[in-house]
Amino acid sequence: MDINYTPEERAFRDEVRGFLNDKLPADIARKVKEHKRLGKEDTVRWQKILNEQGWLALHWPKEYGGTGWSPIQKHIFEEECAEAGAPTVLPFGVNMVAPVIIKFGTQEQKDHYLPRILRSDDWWCQGYSEPGAGSDLAGLKTRAVRDGDHYIVNGQKTWTTLGQHANMIFCLVRTDPDAKKQEGISFLLIDMEKSEGITVRPLITLDGEHEVNEVFFDDVKVPVENLVGEENKGWTCAKYLLTFERTGIAGVGASKAALAHLKQVAREQQVNGKPLIEEPHFRARLADVEMELMSLEMTNLRTVAAAEAGGVPGAESSFLKIMGTELRQEITDLFRRAAGPHALPFLPEEMAGDFEGPYVGPEFAASVASRYFNFRKLSIFGGSNEIQKNIISKMILGL
Amino acid sequence: MDFKLNDEQRMLEETVGRLVRDTYTFDARNKILESDQGFSADMWNQFAELGLLGVPFSEEAGGFNGGGPELMVVAEGFGRGLVVEPYLATVVLSGTLIDKLGNDAQKEQWVAAIIGGETRFALAAYEPQGRYDHTVVDTSAKKDGDGYVLSGEKAVVLHGDSADQLVVIARTAGNAGDRDGLSAFIVPADADGVTRKGYATIDGLRAAEITLSNVKVDGDALLGEEGQAIDALEATLDLALITLCAEASGAMEVACDQTLDYIKERQQFGVPIGKFQALQHRMVEMRMELEKVRSITMLAACSLDAPADLRKKRISAAKAQVGKSGRKVAEEAIQLFGGMGMMEETPVSHYAKRIVMIDHWFGDREYHLGVLETLIDVDDHAA
Repeated sequence: MDINYTPEERAFRDEVRGFLNDKLPADIARKVKEHKRLGKEDTVRWQKILNEQGWLALHWPKEYGGTGWSPIQKHIFEEECAEAGAPTVLPFGVNMVAPVIIKFGTQEQKDHYLPRILRSDDWWCQGYSEPGAGSDLAGLKTRAVRDGDHYIVNGQKTWTTLGQHANMIFCLVRTDPDAKKQEGISFLLIDMEKSEGITVRPLITLDGEHEVNEVFFDDVKVPVENLVGEENKGWTCAKYLLTFERTGIAGVGASKAALAHLKQVAREQQVNGKPLIEEPHFRARLADVEMELMSLEMTNLRTVAAAEAGGVPGAESSFLKIMGTELRQEITDLFRRAAGPHALPFLPEEMAGDFEGPYVGPEFAASVASRYFNFRKLSIFGGSNEIQKNIISKMILGL
Repeated sequence: MDFKLNDEQRMLEETVGRLVRDTYTFDARNKILESDQGFSADMWNQFAELGLLGVPFSEEAGGFNGGGPELMVVAEGFGRGLVVEPYLATVVLSGTLIDKLGNDAQKEQWVAAIIGGETRFALAAYEPQGRYDHTVVDTSAKKDGDGYVLSGEKAVVLHGDSADQLVVIARTAGNAGDRDGLSAFIVPADADGVTRKGYATIDGLRAAEITLSNVKVDGDALLGEEGQAIDALEATLDLALITLCAEASGAMEVACDQTLDYIKERQQFGVPIGKFQALQHRMVEMRMELEKVRSITMLAACSLDAPADLRKKRISAAKAQVGKSGRKVAEEAIQLFGGMGMMEETPVSHYAKRIVMIDHWFGDREYHLGVLETLIDVDDHAA
C-alpha cells in the first residue's frame, strides 16, 4: 500500500503543469479563478489548444485521437487543470456523444463526427430531460416517426445546458410508443442549424443567468443515418454513458482549488480587526470541509486505482457524485458567509469577463451568492443525488 | 499509487481474520467481558504465538517490522470482532514508546517481554484536568538521588487496571501545558504508592484511575532523555490514533453489514423493510460514511513518514472523521434495527457502543478538528 505517486506519475504531473503554465491563456484562467462568466469563444479557444496538444479527448482510445491515458493520469490531469484555472471542457461532445458514437456508431458516423468534435467545429448539447421526464428519464415522450429515409421528430426537451450556442443536439426519442418504457427509445443526432422546426428558448435560473434552455421540435426531419445504434435500443446508449468514465465526477480538483481560494479570502477578510480565518465558528467549518475533502480525495483515488487495475467503476461513481457535490455545495455556502453583508448586492455586470471595477464590495464577493444558488444544481443534475442513492441501493446493497 | 495490500499484509489480514472469525464469536466475547480481568489470557497467548504482538517492532527485536498499514490491517480485524484484549495499551501505546525512547537494555528487556506476551503494559499519560491534551501533565517526577519520586493522578488509563507495568508520563520541568519537560518512566503497577481504581468502560474495555503518591523509581526507569519525551509521545499517540481509526473502520463495516442483513430479512407491512426507500437511503448514507473512514484511515496509516505537521494533520483529520462518521453509522444502525437495536443481546448494539465511544479515546471529533485548525495552512497536496 502506497498513497504516493510513482516517479512516472510525478513526471507526468510535471509535464501537465509545464503545459498549463505555457499554454493556458492568462485571461481565461483569470476569468475562471475569479468566477467570471465564460463565453463560448473562451471554451472553444481552450479546447483548440488542448486538441493541438492531443489532450482534448481524455477518455477516447488512442486510435480515434484520444489520449489513451490511464485512470490515474486522467485524474492527475483533471486535478492540475482545476488548480491552474483551466475552463471545463464542454462535456456534451467530447465526453458524452463521442463515446456513444465510438461504441455504437457506424464507420460513417465516426468519420464524420469525431474529427469535428476534436476540432470544436460543432457545439453539442444534450436532449435528454423533458418537462415530464426528469429522474424518470425513460418516461420521455418526444416522438420520432419513421417516414422513408427520415424520422419526423415532435416534442420538447428541457434543461438543455448551453443549447443557445449549439448547432448539434443528441436526443433520446421515442420510436415505439407501444413497447415497454425503456424499450421504445432511440438515440438520434440532430442538426440544429440545418433542420427546420427547432426552437430554442432560454430558461433563466434563480441566479439570473442564462445557462439552460428548452428546445422544441415541430415536425423536424432527421435523416435515418443520424440514428446511433439500433432503432429502439437507445436506452442501451444512455445507460452506457451513465457508467462511462465517471471517476472525475467527484470534482476533487475543483473543490481543492475552491478551498484554497476560500482560505485566501478568509485570511483577507476582517472581523472585528481579526482575519475571518481566526473566527472560531468559521474556522471549525473550514476544518470540517478540509477533513471531508481528504476523505473524498482518497475515496476517489481508491476508485481510480481500482479502475487502473481493470475494475469498472460502476455504481461506485454514485458515491463519488454524492460526496463530491455535497462538498462543493458546502464550499459555496462558506464563500457566501465569508462575504458577509456583501453577499447581498446583486450586480450581474460585475461577473462579466471584462468588468474592470470598481466593485461595490470585495471583488470575490460579487459572485458568491449567485454561485451558491447556481450550485444547487449539482445535486440535481446528472442523476439527482436521490437517484444515485437508488442506484447504490440496488446495485451495491442489493436492496 | 497502490491501495492493494502486499503479500505480508495480506497474510497478516488473514491471520487476524481467521482468529477473530473462528474464536472471537459474540458468545465467546461475552464470556470474556464477564471475566474478572475483562480479557482472555488464552487469547493473549494466541496473539503472541501468531506474532501479532510484534507487529510494530523491528525484526532485530523479534518483531514484524510493520508500519502504519500493518497496524491498520491488524486493528481492522480486531474491530470486526470487537476484540477487547489490551493490544492498543500494551503493544501500541507502551511498546512503541519504549521502542522509540528506550536504551538498548530497556528495549531488550521490555520489548521482548511484550512480543512474547509475558508482560502487559498501560500508558498513564492523560490527567483529570487535561481532558484530551497530553501536555496538561501535573504529575511530577522529582530527582531523588539516582532515581525519581513520582506523584500525581492519571485518568482513564486504558487497561491500567490489569497492566503489570505502567509507562507514566510525568513532568521533570515546566508547567502543565508545556511541551518541554515531559519524561516517561517505567513503573511496576504494584510499586509502593501506586493506587489503581479499575472499572469497565461502556464500550467493553477496562480502564483505571491511577494515583501515584511518592512512588520511588530507579534512574533506569527513565526512558530517553529527561524532559524530552514529547516527540516520541506524539508519534506514539499518532500510531494509537491510526489503530483506533482502523478499529472503528472494521467495526463500522460489520455494523453496516449486520444492518443490511437485518433490513433484508425483517418483514413489516408484508415486505422486507429494506424495500422502503426511506431506509434504503439511510443505509446508503451509512455505507458512504464507512467509505470515507476507510479512505482517510488509509491516508493516515500511510502518512507516518510524512513531515510531522502533515502527519498530524492527516491523522487528526482521520480521527475527526471517525468521530463524525462513526456516530452516524452507529446511530443509524440502532435506528434501522428498531427495538432490536436497543437490546444487549443484539450484537449490533455492542458495535454501536464501541464505534461511538472510540470518539472518546485520545481526542474526540472537536479536539482533533481543533488540531486540524492549527494546521490549516499545512499544504496537503496528495503524494
